Amino acid sequence: MNSKKISRRNLFKVSAIAGGGLMLKLSLPANALEDSATTLVKSSELNFYVQIASDGQITIYAPNPEMGQGIKTTLPMIIAEEMGANWDDVEVVLAPIDPAKFGLQGSGGSMSVTRNFDAMRRMGASAREMLIGAASELMEVERRDLKAEASQVIHGSGRSMTFGQLASVAAQQPVPVPEQLSFKDPRSYSIIGTSVGSVDNLVIATGLSKFGIDVDVPGMKFASYTRCPRPGGKAVSFNSAEIKALPGVIDAFILQPDSRSGKASMAFLDGLAALQGGVAIVGDDTWSVFAAKAKLKVSWDEREASTDQWSKMASDARAIAVKGGGEVKLAGASVGEALSDSNNRTLEGFYEFPYVAHVCMEPMNCTVDFRKGASGKPDAMEIWLGSQFPNQVKEIAENMLGVKQENVKVHGLRMGGGFGRRAVHDFAAEAMAISHQSGLPVKLTWTRTDDIHNDYFRVGGFENMKGAVSPDGKLAAWDQHYIGFADNGKPVIGSGLRGNELPMVAFDNASIRQTMMPVATACGAWRAPGSNTNAFVEQSFIHELANLAERDHVEFLTELMGSRRWIKEGNISALNTGRAIDVIKLAAEKAGWGRTMPEGTGLGLAFYFCHAAHVAEVAEVSVDAERNFSVKRVTVAVDVGPIINMSGAINQVQGSIVDGLSTMALQEITMQNGRIEQDNFHQYPVMRIASTPEIDVHFIQSDNKPTGLGEPALPPLAPAVTNAIFAATGERIRTMPLSNAGYKLV
Amino acid sequence: MVSLLIVSTAVLVQELQKKGACEHCQPDKSAWVEVMNKYKLTVNGNALEVDVAPDMPLLWVLRDKLKLTGTKFGCGIAQCGACTVHIDGVAVRSCVLPVSAVSGPVTTIEGLAQGDDLHPLQSAWIEHDVPQCGYCQAGQIMSAAALLSNNSQPSDDDIDQALEGNYCRCGTYVRIRKAVHTAASFYNADKRNG
Ligand code: FES
Ligand code: FES
Repeated sequence: MNSKKISRRNLFKVSAIAGGGLMLKLSLPANALEDSATTLVKSSELNFYVQIASDGQITIYAPNPEMGQGIKTTLPMIIAEEMGANWDDVEVVLAPIDPAKFGLQGSGGSMSVTRNFDAMRRMGASAREMLIGAASELMEVERRDLKAEASQVIHGSGRSMTFGQLASVAAQQPVPVPEQLSFKDPRSYSIIGTSVGSVDNLVIATGLSKFGIDVDVPGMKFASYTRCPRPGGKAVSFNSAEIKALPGVIDAFILQPDSRSGKASMAFLDGLAALQGGVAIVGDDTWSVFAAKAKLKVSWDEREASTDQWSKMASDARAIAVKGGGEVKLAGASVGEALSDSNNRTLEGFYEFPYVAHVCMEPMNCTVDFRKGASGKPDAMEIWLGSQFPNQVKEIAENMLGVKQENVKVHGLRMGGGFGRRAVHDFAAEAMAISHQSGLPVKLTWTRTDDIHNDYFRVGGFENMKGAVSPDGKLAAWDQHYIGFADNGKPVIGSGLRGNELPMVAFDNASIRQTMMPVATACGAWRAPGSNTNAFVEQSFIHELANLAERDHVEFLTELMGSRRWIKEGNISALNTGRAIDVIKLAAEKAGWGRTMPEGTGLGLAFYFCHAAHVAEVAEVSVDAERNFSVKRVTVAVDVGPIINMSGAINQVQGSIVDGLSTMALQEITMQNGRIEQDNFHQYPVMRIASTPEIDVHFIQSDNKPTGLGEPALPPLAPAVTNAIFAATGERIRTMPLSNAGYKLV
Repeated sequence: MVSLLIVSTAVLVQELQKKGACEHCQPDKSAWVEVMNKYKLTVNGNALEVDVAPDMPLLWVLRDKLKLTGTKFGCGIAQCGACTVHIDGVAVRSCVLPVSAVSGPVTTIEGLAQGDDLHPLQSAWIEHDVPQCGYCQAGQIMSAAALLSNNSQPSDDDIDQALEGNYCRCGTYVRIRKAVHTAASFYNADKRNG
C-alpha cells in the first residue's frame, strides 16, 4: 500500500505541538502555566492569539477546552488560514484561562465554531495586515501590491519576506480596525476544508498527553469521596478509627452538603451542582483511598433522600398516557376531528426512553491546592481540572469557601470526554472542600461507580403518539403527549417539547401536550439534550404513519417539508426545509434507497435538525430469527455549512453514530428507591468494536455559516436503526434500549 | 515499495527535552529510592523496586508511584481496557493485576517505541487521525500491539477479537481498525527490510 511519509519537518511540528511539552509542563509544576510559548522561543506577539518567532515558528493559542471534539485544532486552523500561514509552521498551544483575552472559554452546545468563526478570522486577518504593513515598510513597496501566502509576504515583483523576518516589525504595526478587515475568498482556502490531524495526536499515541486525572503537583495527596447511595442523604457518622488506621490513609472526615456551591456553567443547571454530603478519605495514593472507601461503613441520614423509582415512573406514565390531558403547548385546529374521521387511517403508539449516563472515559477528577492566607495575605486556591467551562469553578470557590475569584487560578486540561457532563462542577466543589478541610493539595478521583451514581443523567421519558393519514396518503393529524420530568415544577434539561420539531414546525394540524412528573435524580445536558430522545420518537412515528399511508418514507418525509423555505429567514436555529430535503435525498441516494433488500435486512431513514445542522441518516441492518441485529452501514448526509477540518468533522460524525448506537442498543439507568442500580460497565455496557458499522459520511457544503458538529449527527441514528429493523422484520420498536425489546446488538 | 512511516522517538525526546518534559517518558526515579525494596519490577526496560501493598494493582503503581500516567484508569474491573499494558508481551488489564502477581517485564505505552522509532501503530494512529478525546487510545494501541506481535496480517475479525476488551467512548472504532491494518503493513515491510 502507499502510505504517506511523515516528513521531518512535520515531525518537528507534531512533536513541538506535543506542546504536549507545554501540556506536560502545565500539569506538573504548579506554576508552569505562565511560561507558555513566549518563554520557549523569542516571539513577537501580533495579538492575543498569534505569536511569530524570528525562526518562522508561528504559535497560535487555542482558546477553548478540548474534550475530543477537535476544537483545539479547528479554531487555530481558521486563524492560520486568514493569516496566510503554512500549517506546518504552526504550533498550537492551549490558551491559559483568561476570559479578558480569550472570551468565553467554553465548549458546549456545539457552539464553538458558530460562535468563534468570525472572531478567529478577524484575529488571522489582523495578524496578516500587520505582517503586510511590516513588509511594505521594510521592502518599501505599496501595501496593495503585497499578499500573504505560505508564511511569506510576497510582492507582485516576486520579491518576498518570510513571516519570521517580518515578525518583530509586524508587532510594532498599528492594530487594524476590525471593521476595515477583509477576509479571504473561500475559494482560495488552503487550510480550511482540508483534513488536518488533531494537534495532540503524537502525545496521545505515546502516552504523554496529560488529562486532569494525570495531574501531579508538589506535595499532592490523593482523595476519594463517598456520597449517600440515595442522593440527598447526609453522612452522620462512619467507622472513622478503622478507616484512619488503614495503610496509606492520612485523614478521613465528613463533609456536610453545601448548596452555596450550586453553580453550574450553564444557567439552566444552576443550583444542581451542589456539594453532596459524604465522607472524604485522603491518602498516599489512589489505590489506598479507593481500598479504604470500600471498607467504609457510614450511617446516613436519609430523611431527605431521593425515593425515585424507575418502575413506578414507567407505570405512572402509562396511566397518564391512557388518561390523556396535560398542559397544552400547541393546539392544531382540527386534530380531534381528523383522528376520529372514519375516512382517515389512525395509529397510536406509546414510546419510552430511559435515563442514561455520560460515562466519560476519564472518570471525574479535580486537583485543588487551597492555601490559607496568612499575615495579611488572603486565602488563595489553585485548581486543575478538565472542564467544559473551566473559568466558572472560580465562582464555586468564592460562594462556598469565600476565596475571592481573583485569588483563584484555574488550569484547564484536556478532557477524557465531556458530552455535557463536564459542564457541571460538583466534583470540583468536592475537591475544593477536601483540600480546604485537610489543608493539603489533593487530587480527588472518582471511581467508575461514583461516576455513574453521581451523574447528571440524560433524562428518561415517555411519549404517547397519535396520528392520522388521509385517504390520499397525506398526514392529516399529529397528536403528541410528552410525559416527562420536572424538578420543583421546572422541566429538567432535555425533558419536554419546544414545538419547533418536525413535523409541527412545517405542518399545521398538530397538537402537543405535556405532563411532568417530579424527579429527584439529577439530570443534565447529555450530547444533544432533548433532541437525542425526541428524534427517536418523532422520526419513528413519522415512519409509522408513512407505512400506514402505504407511502415511501423518503417521499412522505420530504412532502411534509412542503415548499423549500427557511422557517425563520436568517435564523440559523430555524429549520430550512430546502436544506432538509437536500440531505434526505442525498442520504437516500448514497445508501441505495429503494433497492431490493435480502430477507432479514432493511434500510431505515431518519432526519433531524438541531444545533443549526441538517442531518439525514440511512441505516442498513440485518436481523436474525433470535432478534440478534447488526448495523452493517450508516449513510450520513450533513449540512453544517462549510467544513473547516474535514478529518475532524468526519471523526465527529463517526463518533456520534457509534455513541448513538451504543446508547440506543445497550444503555439504561434505573433508580430503586433513589439508588442508581448500575454500578460499573458490567451493568452499563458501552458498545465494543465488533459492532461498529461502516459509516459513510457526505457533506453538503452550503454557503451557510459553518456550525458545530459535536452533537447533531447523533439524534437521527436511533430512529434510522429502528425504522430499518421494521423494514427488515415488520416489528416496530418503541422502546430504548433495544435490549429491553429483546434485541441484541451483535 | 512501501514507504515506512517511522517517526524518530529520539527527535521527539529531544524536542520534549528542550521543553523540560523529558522526565515524563521514563519512570520517576525519585519514587524508587525511598522504598524498601519489596517488589522487583522491570518497567520499560528499567529494573526497579517498589514498596507498596501487595494487593495494589499494577495500574496504581505505574500511575501514582512511578508517575507513568500514560496508562489510564477507566473502570477498575477489567471491563474497559484503558489500563492495558504488556507483561512479557501479552496484553493485560493492569487495574486488576496485583503488583505481587506481576510475573514478567512490564511495557507501558511510554515504552512501546523501539529505541529511536515509534511503534508502527503509533505512527498509524497519527496518520489516520484516530483519537478524539484520546483517553482510551493508549489501551487500544497496547492491545493492538500485542495482536500484531502474534499476527502480522490480522483480518477485521482478528482486530475485533484482540480489541474486544477496549472501550472507546468517543467511538473511534472505524479509524482504529484502519490504523491497525495500516500499521500491519508497515510492520511487515519493516520485517522484510530487516
Ligand atoms: S481500568 Fe482496567 S479495564 Fe477498565
Ligand atoms: S478517544 Fe475518547 S474514549 Fe476513545
